[in-house]
Amino acid sequence: MTNLKLTGVEKTYAGNINVLNDINLDIKTGELIVFVGPSGCGKSTLLRMIAGLETITGGELTIDGERMNDMPPAQRGIAMVFQSYALYPHMTVRDNMSFALKLAKKNPAEIDAAIEKVAKTLQLTDYLDRLPKALSGGQRQRVAIGRSIVRDPKVYLFDEPLSNLDAALRVATRIEIAQLKESMPDSTMIYVTHDQVEAMTLATRIVVLANKGVAQVGSPLELYERPENEFVAQFIGSPAMNLLSGTVVDTGDFTTVRVENGGGVIRSSVPSSAELKGTSVNIGIRPEDMQPTTDDNFAFENRVEIAEALGEVTQVYFKPQSPGSTPVIAKLQGIHRDVRTQTMRMSADPSKVHLFADGRSLLYR
Amino acid sequence: MHPALQGLLSIVLGVGGCVAYFYFSNQFLDKVLFPGRGPNAGRNITRANMIRPWLFLLPAIAALSIYLAYPVVETLRLSLTERLPGNQSQFVGLANYQQMVSEPKFWEAMRNNMLWLLVVPAFSTALGLLAAQLSDRVRWGNIAKSLIFMPMAISFVGAAVIWKLVYDTRPVDQDQIGVLNALYLFFGGSEPNTWLTLPVWNNFFLMIVLIWIQTGFAMVILSAALRGIPEETVEAAIVDGANPFQVFFKIKVPQIMGTVVVVWTTITIVVLKVFDIVFAMTNGQWETQVLANYMYDKLFRANDWGVGSASAMIIMLLVSPILVWNVYNARKEMR
Repeated sequence: MTNLKLTGVEKTYAGNINVLNDINLDIKTGELIVFVGPSGCGKSTLLRMIAGLETITGGELTIDGERMNDMPPAQRGIAMVFQSYALYPHMTVRDNMSFALKLAKKNPAEIDAAIEKVAKTLQLTDYLDRLPKALSGGQRQRVAIGRSIVRDPKVYLFDEPLSNLDAALRVATRIEIAQLKESMPDSTMIYVTHDQVEAMTLATRIVVLANKGVAQVGSPLELYERPENEFVAQFIGSPAMNLLSGTVVDTGDFTTVRVENGGGVIRSSVPSSAELKGTSVNIGIRPEDMQPTTDDNFAFENRVEIAEALGEVTQVYFKPQSPGSTPVIAKLQGIHRDVRTQTMRMSADPSKVHLFADGRSLLYR
Repeated sequence: MHPALQGLLSIVLGVGGCVAYFYFSNQFLDKVLFPGRGPNAGRNITRANMIRPWLFLLPAIAALSIYLAYPVVETLRLSLTERLPGNQSQFVGLANYQQMVSEPKFWEAMRNNMLWLLVVPAFSTALGLLAAQLSDRVRWGNIAKSLIFMPMAISFVGAAVIWKLVYDTRPVDQDQIGVLNALYLFFGGSEPNTWLTLPVWNNFFLMIVLIWIQTGFAMVILSAALRGIPEETVEAAIVDGANPFQVFFKIKVPQIMGTVVVVWTTITIVVLKVFDIVFAMTNGQWETQVLANYMYDKLFRANDWGVGSASAMIIMLLVSPILVWNVYNARKEMR
């Protein structure tokens, strides 16, 4: 059983440049945790701090209860897969995979057996005596993964492992990683990516990092359905969730909000208390939850400026509600040829309407 | 005319001449020989573009033929002839070579050259690699690097003079100004040594001078190569449990092996041609003769152009294969 725990972890570089602050996480056996966040949010830094390649300047990292802050990387029981694979170019696949075991002075027969086994799972048996330069990108990636598996670590660390692969190979390798995880149910993995699809498909829990801290931790669908704040709401999902400003007009089990510049009102299944009446909130509706409506019960009425027909869906961009604001986007099922320049009335199911006050979701108040 | 003015004039004439050559020869090609207009404009432009590379190559080809190809052929001819009175010469076949190999001084030079060949490139490369690796890790590394590189800027003769002072010997009753003797006496030596006259050892004292110069060269090239190593491979090795020595010898050095070979062979070529240091410090006495100085002795002191040219051919024969290997490796590195 593995338990990796981060308590109040901080990273401050020389010259008082603070990049991570008060990170608290509790990771258990068998989890695949994905760190996502905008570029520069420190997700790779956090991974490297767990690996021991960056110092931890505050707080504590423990693995199985043992403090790891000052432990050298090799003794933390972790293995890392790098973005550029980081294969040793002068060593064959076999030597690449056995390097760590040889350094650990394991017995040669054991090493051979371990490599044969891993090579077989990863379909690398025929390539064991090749140099990395004679392998394709996908094969190199598999060698890098194999190199970490042979060490049988407590925790696997993946630093954007798919970002150097082309689109088709990325999908295939993503599925391979998912299968690999399934075949090793007791392995614990931490995976850094900026790709939402990877995060949504692979993770048991996603950690969204932003503004030097953790914005929300939760399962992929939790993050999608019940985002804690505007940042997570807009970060998860593509295109991003629409945010419209409005004023609360009725409270209770359902909250009714008048949409600014929209002409209508919308009901949300988020409950609210009476003192919220009259306060301004942000209404969040995902593009895929936007529904065209013909009755008078609409949230807003606006002209369509651009319609992108993608086949399965048509993405509709409305005229910005106020000059300079981001246009509202709606995803309409199927092909809609003639919506451009039309004026449409839009609404959404109350259960799909999120409400935010001061950036925080009303659900979590 | 003042020499400085002369120098300036030759620079102006040389550079101006080159510019003028390229400008006017291209003008001639485009305007007179194959003008890019009229009925055959397209054909003319194609032809002009086929000739143009040769216009640019011509000065280099001419200079190389006069100063490189011709001397090689002429040296080969001279090594097979004997000078006769009255500016005459006579073909003697391999007689010069036979005479040369019968001379003990030639074999001494051969032996010393081989000794230089083993010691100098190995030490220069190893020390250069060490300096490159160590200076990368410390804040004052760049200062250390400039100091180590500085001897590269000193001419071989200048370096020889400096080190002659280091090895200098004064009579017993005087203060020693040579650092080596001063240290030797300080650490309990009985009386000052004349270091450069100690056979066999004096060879190594001469080699130190060249190592001192070439270490800077090796360091600069290897330092650049070390920086080219992907940082992630080093980090991967650290995660795999390699200690700093293992990272250096098992991850870093193998990745820059190609550059190490290029540096090694380049220094080897310098070593095979070594002349100035021996000439200025011992002039080949006390068993320190090397091939280049032997050649100079024969050609310009004994006025024996036959044997002198023969030894020059030997040096060329020794250098050529290493040169080919060096160029081959350097090209492989660039790819």
